[in-house]
Amino acid sequence: MARVFVSTVLNASPAAVWRIVRDFNSLPDWTPFVAESRIEGSQPSDRVGCVRIFKLTDGGTVREQLLGLSDYDFTCTYSILESPMAVSDYVATLALAPVTDGNRCFASWEATFECRPEDETALVRQIGEGVFQAAFAHLKPMLAR
Amino acid sequence: MVDVRESTIIDAPSADVWRLLRDFNSHHRWHPAIAASHIEGEGAPDAVRAVRNFRLADGGQLREQLISISDRDTRLSYCLLEAPVPLHNYVAHMRLRPVTDRNACYLEWWSRFDPPAGEVTAMVELVRDGVYRAGFAALQDWFGGVPQQVKPVPLAQSEQETVHPKPRAGHARGIFVESHGGPQNMVSKTFDIPRPGAGEALITQNFAGVNFIDIHTRTGHFNLIRPPAILGMEAVGRIEMLGPDAQGIAVGSRVGYACAPPGAYCSHRVMPLESLVVLPDGLSDAQAAASLLRGVTTSFLTREVHRIGDGENVLIHAAAGGLGQLLVQVCVALGARVIATVGSAEGLVAATESGAHHVINYRRSDFVREVLDLTDGRGVDVVYDAVGAFTFEGSLRAAAIRGHVVSFGEASGEVGIWDIGSFSAKSLRVSRPNYAHYVDRFIEHASTFFTLIEKGAVRVPDPTEYRLEDAGKAHIDVENRAIIGAAVLRI
Repeated sequence: MARVFVSTVLNASPAAVWRIVRDFNSLPDWTPFVAESRIEGSQPSDRVGCVRIFKLTDGGTVREQLLGLSDYDFTCTYSILESPMAVSDYVATLALAPVTDGNRCFASWEATFECRPEDETALVRQIGEGVFQAAFAHLKPMLAR
Repeated sequence: MVDVRESTIIDAPSADVWRLLRDFNSHHRWHPAIAASHIEGEGAPDAVRAVRNFRLADGGQLREQLISISDRDTRLSYCLLEAPVPLHNYVAHMRLRPVTDRNACYLEWWSRFDPPAGEVTAMVELVRDGVYRAGFAALQDWFGGVPQQVKPVPLAQSEQETVHPKPRAGHARGIFVESHGGPQNMVSKTFDIPRPGAGEALITQNFAGVNFIDIHTRTGHFNLIRPPAILGMEAVGRIEMLGPDAQGIAVGSRVGYACAPPGAYCSHRVMPLESLVVLPDGLSDAQAAASLLRGVTTSFLTREVHRIGDGENVLIHAAAGGLGQLLVQVCVALGARVIATVGSAEGLVAATESGAHHVINYRRSDFVREVLDLTDGRGVDVVYDAVGAFTFEGSLRAAAIRGHVVSFGEASGEVGIWDIGSFSAKSLRVSRPNYAHYVDRFIEHASTFFTLIEKGAVRVPDPTEYRLEDAGKAHIDVENRAIIGAAVLRI
């Protein structure tokens, strides 16, 4: 089981950040690598079990399923159904938590998955830096006050 | 049932912060509300079910039990067993998570408890502000790596507005403590120049040394003066006049002293001849005022309290302080292998320059573990601990079997009450020397110290100079560790 953990401090309250990231269909709005996204079967994007299908800017297609969404804990958990990456049993959670001594939040994004042992290092880097950290970096200027 | 949940970002690697927090017996080292802490019984400080016993800064007592700890999740939980406040069913948790895009971590501290109906707000504020937020501020300070901020101590109105009177001819000036208390209670006044009696000399003083004992004397922690009285244990100057039957020393000689009773923060003082030592040429007046008391202390600590043997492992706390720098050099000169602890990056430099073989920043790492690693698990033969509350428990753990812990100061607070039965686990010796009881050999120890200076084995760093009238500022800086090394008053 491989594990990726990425985190950052965002200059906004968790509620404010949550307004941007809670929509399971919003990746094109706040990540640099998703070109377009839709929810399959015309389901609402906050219905647990719904599937998003999105196109990456580099042309690949990914299908992911929403497994859990909590407006109380500010967490979103999902799994990969299909992707260009050689991973299986991929489950990821994006979470926001308040930093109470200032109007900031701690954002974490972690994933566990199975892969071929020889691919693990490259996949951990690709997902950690190329996806999670890149998305946080893209999100930060949107929160600049 | 109420919830209190607080969180912050600490600018240090989570591994470093966790190393401090996971020690269930560490809160007294950093939390301002905790004066002393020990683990009850024989338990390890990271064993689930360990009970820690706090003495609070306000005098109260608190017992808490560790109920879960996980190095994997960097998280621990504890509950309150006894407290002076009604925090019923109090269970608290601390969790640390790394911030991966910078060298920082996210710390959460939260709890649930049942306060009595009328005291909900008071108890929530106590826990949130007095415990968690105050703890966060202290941790940020601890890991900030910057010297602690000098607390603004308002000087008394009169002190700010008074133009210090110029001494008239025939008058001496001195710093008087009007009543026990803060530095604002120190006032500059003039008085008649005293005349020497039989076997005494009048000294025109150039510099007075500032020592921690002066601060304890000012506050009344040590009962050495009856205010109004002049502070100060050591000074240097020239002999102005000799009393009847005063022989063996000439008028004009450059001399110094370091002993009770206090009274050194002044321009003219009469002292008995047997308390005076003639200063060597290689030592300036300022250096002598900064090092006489410390040099004599260093000498009796390493020759009488514990006789340092060649090749002994020695642990010296606060090695960047005025005394610490001398103690490191003397122990190195006596052939010891010296492990030093310091609390800042500047301290690392100072202790390294003093010749310490290993220097540990106790704010950055667990000094006990490092000492054990450096001594193949054996521990050190002797610990010189003038820090007190922060370090004493660790000093006991860092000492070898039949090791000797010399506690000769309490800069961070009292070491607390210990069961001497527990010392049998390592046949430890613990000494608590008092300068006053070793000063009978003052001349001998001063000479030993001067010899080391003349041989070049000990170098006295230049102290930070303050005007005599700024003695209050010197006290504030010394108390807040805002300066490296010693402080002296220029008279």
